[in-house]
Amino acid sequence: MDKLLEVEQLTKVFSLGSILSRVKITATDSVSFYIKPAEIFALAGESGCGKTTAAKMILGFEKPTSGTIAHRGKQEAIKGKAWITGGVQAIFQDPFATFNPLRVVDRYFFENVRNFKLARGKAAATEFIDQKLKLVGLSYEEFAGKYPSEFSGGQLQRISIARALLTNPKLLIADEPVSMVDASLRMSIVNLFKKLRDEIGVSVLYITHDLATAYYISDRIAIMFRGNIVEMGTVEQVLMNPRHPYTQLLRESIPEADPARRWSSTVSLTELEQEEYLRRGCKFAGRCPKVMEMCKTVVPEDIIHDDVLVKCHLYSGNGKSKKTV
Amino acid sequence: MNIPILRTENLKAFYVLDMAGKQKVAKAVNEVDLEIRENEVYGIAGESGCGKTTLLKAIFGAFDPPLRLIDGHIFYYMNDLGVDVTTLNANEKRKLRMTYISYVPQGSMSVLNPVIKVKGTYQDFIGSHVRGKTRKEAFELARQHIIELGLPRNILDTYPHQLSGGMRQRVTIALAALLGPRIMIADEPTTALDVVVQRGVIQLLMSIQQKLKNTIILVTHDMGVHANIADRIAIMYAGKIVEEATTTQIFGSPAHPYTRFLIDSLPRFGDKTTRSSVPGNPPSLTNLPDGCPFHPRCPHTFEPCKQQMPDFTHLNADHKVACWLVA
Repeated sequence: MDKLLEVEQLTKVFSLGSILSRVKITATDSVSFYIKPAEIFALAGESGCGKTTAAKMILGFEKPTSGTIAHRGKQEAIKGKAWITGGVQAIFQDPFATFNPLRVVDRYFFENVRNFKLARGKAAATEFIDQKLKLVGLSYEEFAGKYPSEFSGGQLQRISIARALLTNPKLLIADEPVSMVDASLRMSIVNLFKKLRDEIGVSVLYITHDLATAYYISDRIAIMFRGNIVEMGTVEQVLMNPRHPYTQLLRESIPEADPARRWSSTVSLTELEQEEYLRRGCKFAGRCPKVMEMCKTVVPEDIIHDDVLVKCHLYSGNGKSKKTV
Repeated sequence: MNIPILRTENLKAFYVLDMAGKQKVAKAVNEVDLEIRENEVYGIAGESGCGKTTLLKAIFGAFDPPLRLIDGHIFYYMNDLGVDVTTLNANEKRKLRMTYISYVPQGSMSVLNPVIKVKGTYQDFIGSHVRGKTRKEAFELARQHIIELGLPRNILDTYPHQLSGGMRQRVTIALAALLGPRIMIADEPTTALDVVVQRGVIQLLMSIQQKLKNTIILVTHDMGVHANIADRIAIMYAGKIVEEATTTQIFGSPAHPYTRFLIDSLPRFGDKTTRSSVPGNPPSLTNLPDGCPFHPRCPHTFEPCKQQMPDFTHLNADHKVACWLVA
């Protein structure tokens, strides 16, 4: 099987504190997954779970402490070929931070076209850019000559996607692309990812904490908690029938747009995040409603249970232990 | 019993901008009539740029330039007397703040003073609104309050940067509730927070409301949050209220086309069929269309929509909608 991206045992350790007291936080801990062509893979979890750190390592912004990243089977050096040839592109959370507010947005597009030699001459370049804008539902006329502040958040995010599509990437890394967009407008952006997958075979690594949109567009999903992948499988299996207690918590915390189905219990939140990162044993033990004695001292293994990977002692009897699925 | 605690009458608050001699007017709150009751959670929903934050500022009496009160009244009902806030001076308004009405602004996690511990902010706050308390007594009051709300007791001794965004948000909400205000206004309290923390913040608001039996006015674009906590919801579009009803009615039988779009655009578990957003873009408040402001985006537009803003039609005692389709 042709794997567009394969990440194995990816780990990043940060050292925080002063000379007198240093603490090591493993932001990303032995994370392994792969993405196929024409697939939307969601990496989901709370703030501070390590998903953005994983994305930064994949994009080459951070150097992994250990582990490997392979684009199309080739393990790349950081800032290697995949990035430079445009095979992988990124879309970030805040479209207003993506573009320099003092520059007209079309300048970025023309520059990219020139740098990657995508078209010759102004007329061809304009035509090329117009095609990409049409893919995201915009036209060149409404886009040309404007500054970022002249667009709404939703429009500017679609422009970011158009910019990412200029080099015909095979993989888009979208880090919380709709978190800053109004809930009612998220569909238009998320539908766009679906369309790109279906019509031109682009894969998307969709990083989010919004499980509802993750369910809506993803094929497979990995749930992260404090650096580890705790559950991974197809989106139907993981979100409609969550096995890990943390996935269950995430699933029930989503506010449903139905007043007949309100939250029935109160949630207890973590006090200081750092404490959870430094736990021995399972990091979720402090908040888990199904915690057992062994959870507090023994780190759970990755267990395959009905084709879903779960990192939880509750399943150690009925599945096979394995490193990656 | 439906006892009103706050009422606006034909409220008009515009931003008057003067750029190089040319005047631009953003009609952020454009003839709004609201009646909010005691002991309820009242939600205001709408897209970014519809004027919801301005409506909250107006209700709070914060008319700082370029925001100007153009017309209308705002009444606070205290001890059966209606006080017209538009007639009060700055000092009188300040006396009301925090004891009668408090405001949790958007992005309020940034409201905490970053160079002093959280307890310092609480003590300063108590010091400026309550007479005759020493720093020590103020600290005790703060500590009691935090514990009652179920927040970890050691947060008073931390600096804001040591707390996560969600925890800072809860600390700010607890601060706004400290003096037991009859009305608490929360502007997008859960934006930028992830799903589990959002639930914690909403549950904190609910526990405060149940304890104080006061009124919470909650503004957010997230209909899922409204479904979970609001008793009644008002849908706002381009400076106007287009529909108001109980939560069950809004979700069960939305009457205005815009409300229907807002609800249909939310993804649901178990359903992967294609959903769509509200088409088009919201209008600029400085350049509103004639007639109903939603008509350029509405799939059911017909002649009267382009000419005149519809009045409210009452579908029943609690449900009113401003739409020519229903009139």
